[in-house]
Amino acid sequence: MSNFLSSSIGKKVIMSLSGLFLIAFLCVHLTLNLFLIFDNSGELFNHGANFMATNPVIKIVEPILAIGFIIHIIWASILTLQNQKARPIKYAQRNQSQNATWASRNMYILGGLVLVFLVIHIYNFWWNIKVTGNLEAVVVDGVEMENTYLLVSSLFKSSIVYCGLYIAGAILLGLHLTHGFWSAFQSVGFSNDIWRKRLSALGYIFAVIIAVGFSIIPLYFMAGLGN
Amino acid sequence: MSIIDAKIPAGPLKDKWSNHKAHIGVVSPANKKKLDIIVVGTGLAGGSAAASLAELGYNVTAFCYQDSPRRAHSIAAQGGINAAKNYPNDNDSVFRLFYETIKGGDYRAREANVYRLAEVSNAIIDQCVAQGVPFARDYGGLLANRSFGGALVSRTFYARGQTGQQLLLGCYAAMNRQIEKGKIKVYNRHEVLDVVVVEGKARGVIARDLVTGKIERFGAHAVVLATGGYGNVFFLSTNAMGCNGSAAWQAYKRGAYFGNPCFVQIHPTCIPVHGEQQSKLTLMSESLRNDGRVWVPKKIEDAKKLQAGTLNPNDIPDEDRDFYLERRYPAFGNLVPRDVASRAAKERCDAGYGVNNTGKAVFLDFKYAIEQLGRETIEKRYGNLFQMYEKITAVDPYHNPMMIYPAIHYSMGGLWVDYNLMTTIPGLYSIGECNFSDHGANRLGASALMQGLADGYFILPYTIGDYLAKEIQTPKIQTNTPEFEAAEKHVTDRLRKLYDIKGTKSPDHFHKQLGHIMWDYIGMAREAKGLEKAIQLIADLKAEFYKDLRVVGEFTAMNNELEKAARVADFIELADLMAHDALDRNESCGGHCRLESVTPDGEAKRDDEHYKYVSIWEYTGENKAPELHKEELVFENVELTQRSYK
Amino acid sequence: MADTILKELTLKVWRQKDAKSKGGFETYKVHNISTGTSFLEMLDILNEQLVSENKEPVAFDHDCREGICGTCSLFIDGRAHGPDDDVTTCQLHMRRFKEGATITIEPWRCGAFPVIKDLIVDRKAYDKILQAGGYVSVNTGGIPDANAIPISNDNAEEAMDAAACIGCGACAATCKNSSAMLFVAAKVSQLALLPQGKIEAARRAKAMVAKMDELGFGNCTNTGACEAECPKSISIEHIARLNREFLKAKLKD
Repeated sequence: MSNFLSSSIGKKVIMSLSGLFLIAFLCVHLTLNLFLIFDNSGELFNHGANFMATNPVIKIVEPILAIGFIIHIIWASILTLQNQKARPIKYAQRNQSQNATWASRNMYILGGLVLVFLVIHIYNFWWNIKVTGNLEAVVVDGVEMENTYLLVSSLFKSSIVYCGLYIAGAILLGLHLTHGFWSAFQSVGFSNDIWRKRLSALGYIFAVIIAVGFSIIPLYFMAGLGN
Repeated sequence: MSIIDAKIPAGPLKDKWSNHKAHIGVVSPANKKKLDIIVVGTGLAGGSAAASLAELGYNVTAFCYQDSPRRAHSIAAQGGINAAKNYPNDNDSVFRLFYETIKGGDYRAREANVYRLAEVSNAIIDQCVAQGVPFARDYGGLLANRSFGGALVSRTFYARGQTGQQLLLGCYAAMNRQIEKGKIKVYNRHEVLDVVVVEGKARGVIARDLVTGKIERFGAHAVVLATGGYGNVFFLSTNAMGCNGSAAWQAYKRGAYFGNPCFVQIHPTCIPVHGEQQSKLTLMSESLRNDGRVWVPKKIEDAKKLQAGTLNPNDIPDEDRDFYLERRYPAFGNLVPRDVASRAAKERCDAGYGVNNTGKAVFLDFKYAIEQLGRETIEKRYGNLFQMYEKITAVDPYHNPMMIYPAIHYSMGGLWVDYNLMTTIPGLYSIGECNFSDHGANRLGASALMQGLADGYFILPYTIGDYLAKEIQTPKIQTNTPEFEAAEKHVTDRLRKLYDIKGTKSPDHFHKQLGHIMWDYIGMAREAKGLEKAIQLIADLKAEFYKDLRVVGEFTAMNNELEKAARVADFIELADLMAHDALDRNESCGGHCRLESVTPDGEAKRDDEHYKYVSIWEYTGENKAPELHKEELVFENVELTQRSYK
Repeated sequence: MADTILKELTLKVWRQKDAKSKGGFETYKVHNISTGTSFLEMLDILNEQLVSENKEPVAFDHDCREGICGTCSLFIDGRAHGPDDDVTTCQLHMRRFKEGATITIEPWRCGAFPVIKDLIVDRKAYDKILQAGGYVSVNTGGIPDANAIPISNDNAEEAMDAAACIGCGACAATCKNSSAMLFVAAKVSQLALLPQGKIEAARRAKAMVAKMDELGFGNCTNTGACEAECPKSISIEHIARLNREFLKAKLKD
């Protein structure tokens, strides 16, 4: 495996594997989020959140997740920098819309915007839960836990700006995935002319599910459906 | 006459090559390392020779004017490569391939050379498959064959319509392997402008670095010219824009004799000329004649309407279509050899039946094949050719007949070589299209690739050893000698002379003028009066060229205009030689048709009694008439008949 | 279908004296161009015009003018090989342009393809990648019969799809990352699909990728632009195969 990580394909494989890992995380995250709207008493979501906060496996996964993000971001930056350098003199006129999708050409920008959103998102929730930690307690099925449901619902009810921001974040993430999902498979070699069509269709469906799924939550609270 | 010795080995035809190989000199591996060989040109012949010689252990220096060896014009060959494998079980054999090649060449090629070509043809296919050439295959996984003009069997191997490309990439890959090993040094974007002769032996070349404009010297123990043909003397041809005859021409001026210069092939299936601004002609593979039917209207009024653009060819009913090849040549039909098909097209167009606005085009119709085999089959066979046709003409050949017209395609003539492929300058070899040896007066389809690779892979690597075995004592060739200095000065002076004319017309202007003279008087039909006139016109053009040429740009820098000027200067002189040769040969054979020598029904008439020889021309000096030598052709294994494809 | 005449076209052409000089755009006008003329013939006309004005013609690479040698390049109106799909610049015809159009013509822009003059770039980098391993290591002669190893029609056809590469450089030139992956993949994939090439597939994939990286091409991000602009429509499925071959080879290391 000598020089694997420094080779161009090696770097892509890292992007691909970290990306696939983050995709898996998104699935878990979205599932949990949808608890918010399936039970407006908040109990289901609080249960889920508490499980995530206390389960030892999740505790181990959490730092790995953070590392996954960091690797994805760092390698993306390295690749982008190298790619910029590979063309020292730029074209005066380019007509890229003719040969590649907008998202595929702007993955770094999309990723960067998602990162900005992620920072805000972490501040809003993770920081409040884990660091400041002054959340109200609630008892569900006899277990005392933090009322994360209230944290979410009050944020979205308090500010239309936040709602907008979260919807925008979900859409940016969806766009990122329209290319990222299929691309992750291509980079590890799991693609051909037949599977490419399937994977990219699946990628679009997944991207829509993620974008819509995450957007539903702020919309739900904005519409006054939650507690 | 005594100097012409073709060195054809004695003995029965089928044993000549093996006997010859058994008796020629061989260089030991230790000595091969000490010997340098220059190969000029990196097409099929040059590329395969460079790779094979380097594999043997020689130090090879290869030159190409292109930016990479991979771009040599062999790449454009579409249809396929012949071999006597007899895979289809249709009674093919080495003898049959030999016989059809000799006959196709109208009995103007050497028996021994052609037999050897047929003999090594099978090994070429094996070699290419081993290199990873993706030839077409049947569903059982075995190699597929197609038929080609002039042959009664299916012996053509192909890789879609890109056979030349795939074979060239095969030998380019073999070259790359040797480049990586340091056994080949490639000089791309270098044009060889002279051959250096030291004490009667070829010892190097003078080349111009096309990027910097510097003139450089290169020495070697032997020089191989694989520079292709000189079809561009016609300006419009299917050759690449850069194809030229300069290296071969300078070798001629240094003492190498030129064989059969007037034998050029006119390919019947090219896209017709669209206008004066046209820069080159695009070939549509001859393989199209397997499934396409050639026709013009029977009624002259239909032709008139087609020329005026008021009639759709699809509206002409079958009974009003003149499938003239099937009518005139029922045995071979649309698959007659190229020269026959070309002349038949010209005959119809000259009679007024041409089908486009210039009146110089005939139809090649796939309607019938599509009806019979289905669009999918045709698409699979010719998809890329059809796409190419549509891109160029904006006409969809699936629904409308293609329009085609003959164009200059290949030069059978070239530097005269003996059986060892050596020219009359010791140590100077000529292989592939650059030499004259294997195709006589007409080349069969899919045989150019065969000859290029045969020479490069399997013939030259043996025969050059015979010469080099006597050179093992010769130390590395130094280039700081008076001979090299004089040759370099000669090249510089020649270019400087062109550069300093400072006239008003570009090289292209003169090239186009030359092309018109060639096409009108030394084209598909030639006669004494016209040829004499052509010689005069060429002389006038030459005078004007040296008076009114304008070469803009810098002298010692990249300068495409200077490159073109030097090539055109050589083409003008070559044109003169072609005219002399055509004038001398008062018979019709293969691609050379003298109007004085035709049968009453308009077919070409060969004259074996007077012209059964190779015309070999010797340079005698600037503006002097060249001197003719003759190599009598001896046919012991085939009976000379008038070719009949009826 | 019938050809018409374009009365006037404006050409914005990149001019650069040599590799060291700084280049810039020059504007020219050409007149009365038939739509049946090819793009390069249109440049020939411009050059004739420049010569008649005693100016140096525009240097551009071209040779076969039938779309197979891969010599011609040119970035025309923001696209490699111009606005038509599946063609090289030499197959591009003027019927793709409108009366009075302004056409921008640039050389390939890619760090690994330095400009030599005007529109001519140096593509030796592609040769070097192939020299690193784009071959089957067999010498001339001593080869078993061509039919000794059957190859399935599917594999032969797929190998041929990849082998159609003409090495023009449009993939790297058009890629937003200047990646040469499609070029490398075409050769690796062609040879990996054939039994003759399989034997040294691992060595080949590693050597060619290493050379590609060394020469300063960018990294593939799967945008698919190369495939869209490839005059031979070579699919990026070959890139997937290259990725597989490379991973396989590296896992064995």
